[in-house]
Amino acid sequence: MSQGVAITGMGIISAIGNNVAENFRSLVEGKKGISRISKINTIHKDAIMVGEIEYTNSQLELLLGLTPNNNYSRTGLLGAIAAKEAVANAGIKNIATYKTGLISATSVGGMDMTEQYYYDYLEHETHRRYIASHHAGDSTQKIAEQLGINKSLVTTISTACSSAANAIMLGARLIKSGQLDRVVVGGSDCMSKFTINGFKTLMILSDTYNTPFDENRKGLNLGEAAAFLVLESDAVAKVENKPILGYVKGYGNANDAFHQTASSDHGDGATLAMEKALQVAGYTPKDIDYINAHGTATGNNDLSEGRAIIRVFGEEVPDFSSTKAYTGHTLAAAGAIEAVYSILALQNNVIFPNLNFKTQMNEFNITPQLELKEKTLQTVMSNSFGFGGNCSTVIFSKNQ
Amino acid sequence: MKKVYINSIASISPQKTFDNSEFLDEVIIHEDQVFFAIEPVYKEYIPPAAARRMAKGIKMGVAASKIALQEANLEQVDAIITGTGMGCLRDSEKFLSGIIDNNEQFLTPTSFIQSTHNTVGGQIALELQCKGYNFTYVHDSNSFESALLDAKLQLELEEAEHILIGGVDELADHTTKLNKIIHHIKDEKASSNNLLDSKTKGTVFGEGANFFVLSNKKQASTYAEVVSVKIFNTLSQNELAETASNFLKENNLTVEAIDAIVLGNNGDVEFDRFYNELSSKLFSNTQQVCYKHLIGEFNTASPFGIWLASKTLKTQSIPSVLKRNDKNTSSLNTILLYNQYRGENHSFTLLKSC
Repeated sequence: MSQGVAITGMGIISAIGNNVAENFRSLVEGKKGISRISKINTIHKDAIMVGEIEYTNSQLELLLGLTPNNNYSRTGLLGAIAAKEAVANAGIKNIATYKTGLISATSVGGMDMTEQYYYDYLEHETHRRYIASHHAGDSTQKIAEQLGINKSLVTTISTACSSAANAIMLGARLIKSGQLDRVVVGGSDCMSKFTINGFKTLMILSDTYNTPFDENRKGLNLGEAAAFLVLESDAVAKVENKPILGYVKGYGNANDAFHQTASSDHGDGATLAMEKALQVAGYTPKDIDYINAHGTATGNNDLSEGRAIIRVFGEEVPDFSSTKAYTGHTLAAAGAIEAVYSILALQNNVIFPNLNFKTQMNEFNITPQLELKEKTLQTVMSNSFGFGGNCSTVIFSKNQ
Repeated sequence: MKKVYINSIASISPQKTFDNSEFLDEVIIHEDQVFFAIEPVYKEYIPPAAARRMAKGIKMGVAASKIALQEANLEQVDAIITGTGMGCLRDSEKFLSGIIDNNEQFLTPTSFIQSTHNTVGGQIALELQCKGYNFTYVHDSNSFESALLDAKLQLELEEAEHILIGGVDELADHTTKLNKIIHHIKDEKASSNNLLDSKTKGTVFGEGANFFVLSNKKQASTYAEVVSVKIFNTLSQNELAETASNFLKENNLTVEAIDAIVLGNNGDVEFDRFYNELSSKLFSNTQQVCYKHLIGEFNTASPFGIWLASKTLKTQSIPSVLKRNDKNTSSLNTILLYNQYRGENHSFTLLKSC
């Protein structure tokens, strides 16, 4: 079996809670964070539902102790909150003690500000400070600043909805190869009019609660969220005598090479990603106890992913569920959100239910886990697939 | 650990660089606030029907990837890793202005689909039917260097044999306007002839796509060995010399061993001090090479530095238009590159002839 990379901290902010404990409580209680949109004025407000985070930008700025003239996008604000929780959870007092990097993921970046002031910038000076925070890397630079990560390897990944899974994968590889002693990995995406309208034109937004893996699924709910993990080398974890939350045991990345926005009918890319991850972990399909599926509740994803799962696991598909019904689809952050949920599942030996499911899909006979289930878990597989054919799978384990 | 080689290069830039048989034989002197890319005839690389749907950045990226594959004599690669600072800007602007101008109505999905940062990486995978590892880095002036670092790691550990990497960014009108009002673009036009000696704030913006095939096997077409690449989110001016020295030390090199240093000067009086810190002190006796006066500044301008360093190592020559000083270099075997943008996201890259 191959060596896993130790996870020593995690942090999250999502529509179902502002920290890890709140998220766990909502998951166990089956409490969804999906509602009508309140923070963005869109003509689609009665036609869509979203997973919004309660805090306003001003409240987030206050929590971070930022001055009013800061130029953090909401992506940066959410990311900083979640990353700080992860670092605190890892018991890190001085981040500079070890060679520490940051890998973040985003698809929206600073679009939330750009779309508000796009023409206003030309007329008035008031908000021009946000022009330079539009690009995707800016939110990551801000998170690094908040964590005190300086003079270090800091980068950003944007592979649509698989972004954060790729950030975790890269972080694990950098630790394994000895390039870093410690790395904070995850992703952040805030809600924006840009993404709402984008997904609206693709006609994959549900007008009601999203229903992953249901025959009558109507599409996804967009969500905003951020989550980060702290990964540490064995040497650091040992010296510091840290409690280890779990391990990044395997990872796989593949491209579906089928269509810019749609998944192939039989999930070629997804199948490859899962197989590669099993191979890196040194596992066979039987070793997987639970799959946290991508399960966006679009017609295309759930069919393609379900078929891919059957291709990989055959007759013995493990318990699986999508947690998108709780949070909505949090795009580039999804892989990190679901990494936190996977670790919570391992820590608490519990499988979170796939909410809102009513009708079995016709194309296959696998059914997601519908009730909260207590079960000893050793391993969890987490899938994230995105536009551009990007497919990623990460496997988490309880023990080395 | 395996060594990593640059087995092919491809550059589409504001100079005529897409023909690999030339090395800036004919220099275009731009005089503007933005320098646009000189494009190849795309139908040699992309089916016209597909090209019609693609914005400039996507076309440049796909064409550059084809040139790089051809020169490496490969039909397929194990992985595709791209870097882009701003992503598919033209499609983003088109979709966003559509939202605002028409109050979220009458929108079509095409520009949204093509606006995602991984569009170029996804399109290349689609064209090649490459189901391998596919990543897109979007980190300001370190977007390309992140891709380079990732590819190098995989090749060293033999997780892959051939990897296509590239950097691509395109100019777009509204973003140009915005960068003018915040003076990140100079208030006045600048010429390729004197941009680097400019005494004003801001720079000129450019665009382009620079792609390479990296492999852990040397072949006839090989240009250089990628010895090391390191990125830093922050560095202050007074930490720079020490950081550069340490980088050389880690690679068992002294300043004297560097035959040329490629610097990312862009004529911004506020930020060229970082480059000057190295060129006026530690590397004052080293052959200094600059290139942004020819192609402008953009988040993935730095791989043009890798392109010219690769050319230099292979041809053992440096076009005079690139030289900032004139040192007699008997042979050109080791080249150091340093880049940053507005004082952030610094990178050091070391190439060696082979």
